[in-house]
Amino acid sequence: MIRVENLRKRIGNKDVLKDVNFILERGSFTVVVGPNGAGKTTLLKILALLTRPSSGRVLINGVAVGPETAALRRQIGVVGHNSFLYAGLTAVENLSFYGQMYGLERIPGRVVEAVRQVGLLHALHEPVRTFSRGMLQRLAIARAILHDPALLLLDEPYTGLDREAEETLNRLLQSWKEEGRTIFLITHKYADGLSLADRFMVLVKGRVAYAEAVEGLGAEDFRGLCLAGGEGA
Amino acid sequence: MRTRQYWQQIWALARKDLLLEFRTREAISVMLMYSLVIIVVFAFAFKPSRKTTLAIFPGLLWLGSFFAGFLGLVRTFQGEKENDCLLGLLLAPVGRTAIYFGKVLANFILMVLVELLVLPLFFVFFNYHLRGPVLHLLAAVLLGIFGFVAVETFLLALLGNLRAGEALLPLLLFPLVVPVVIAAVQLTAGILAGEPAGLSDWWKLLVAYDIIFLAVPLIFFD
Ligand SMILES: Nc1ncnc2c1ncn2[C@@H]1O[C@H](COP(=O)(O)OP(=O)(O)OP(=O)(O)O)[C@@H](O)[C@H]1O
Ligand SMILES: [Mg+2]
Repeated sequence: MIRVENLRKRIGNKDVLKDVNFILERGSFTVVVGPNGAGKTTLLKILALLTRPSSGRVLINGVAVGPETAALRRQIGVVGHNSFLYAGLTAVENLSFYGQMYGLERIPGRVVEAVRQVGLLHALHEPVRTFSRGMLQRLAIARAILHDPALLLLDEPYTGLDREAEETLNRLLQSWKEEGRTIFLITHKYADGLSLADRFMVLVKGRVAYAEAVEGLGAEDFRGLCLAGGEGA
Repeated sequence: MRTRQYWQQIWALARKDLLLEFRTREAISVMLMYSLVIIVVFAFAFKPSRKTTLAIFPGLLWLGSFFAGFLGLVRTFQGEKENDCLLGLLLAPVGRTAIYFGKVLANFILMVLVELLVLPLFFVFFNYHLRGPVLHLLAAVLLGIFGFVAVETFLLALLGNLRAGEALLPLLLFPLVVPVVIAAVQLTAGILAGEPAGLSDWWKLLVAYDIIFLAVPLIFFD
């Protein structure tokens, strides 16, 4: 379980996140929306232990995150705005390298399995430089799940995906959910993950404007909330 | 167990950098070209007699190496910027010092490779028969290169996030690397002149400097 308490993040002289509180239950699926610049990526970076909040804290299973808890990274998988993949290396070289960074065993088997899940087996030995945007995004997803993380943080993972890949991602999200992984998904399209999510959060100007269980919300309510978020309300 | 993984990570990081470099050969080709130009220009500018060689050879050797390194090593950080790969590394359970030492190791191997190709050319073009302690010369070259690589990698890592970083690098690199340059040149001159005794102060300076720049990042990046 992840508990976020009174989180504040100041960048320069701007409060990017203000007084953010929420809980991610183990195995929950949270969809986060909000206008550009609302602080979604910043929040994700804090959850990914990439940056520290200016004040407030993040507790993972009751333990406050600090400099000594870096080993927790092993439990976290991230799909970010960028792919974090080396353009000069092939798909398999990239993932094998990251496998070593995560200290994994049986790396070749895991790499093939992760690449198979995103449907990129045919491009295993192609240099990433030659990948299309969607292929890159698929491999970025494979990279995020390579080490079998319990918490998945996804920042607009649908970007660049074609219909088929979108469905692949939805299927993956479904299976991760069934496997009991905690999922935190940032998106701009309100339909994304709608059927899978069990919590819905709207972030506006660094504040949580809305955070409720999905249950009972209809597609129209969703639309309304997203549009309200989009207008910066 | 823990330390073993630390070393494995450093090696994997360095291997990745070397693999990227051998695919494009960007840094290596710049470094080799620069060294070759230096050798050829000076071999023709000075009629290489044993006396001129003894006088200018050590300075030239290190001038060539350090400028080649300065131009080449900058490139080994480029791969990390594409697709935000450095961020990907920071997401992984890898210590920042491991990332740093991986870079140092890769850059060191790269420069040693270049040096192994260039050094014999220096001797050929300057028509110089090395007599005396080859091992001493090799040790001086390795320690000098290591000192240079450590200082430059440290600065590149430190300035990496600054917008003015690229402009600041030479400004900070040259003063910081002066002790390495002087010690390396003095050692090379002494060894080539066949007077390896009486150099112990320069050895000490070079070794101490190498150790300092191995230790400073431990404080900075941890
Ligand atoms: N490194 C930084 N330096 C300065 N300002 C920053 C930095 N990172 C984020 N910000 C600011 O913080 C605010 C929130 O940024 P963030 O990237 O978290 O937004 P977001 O909700 O992810 O937006 P988007 O939907 O466009 O991805 C923005 O106003 C941005 O300008
Ligand atoms: Mg964002």
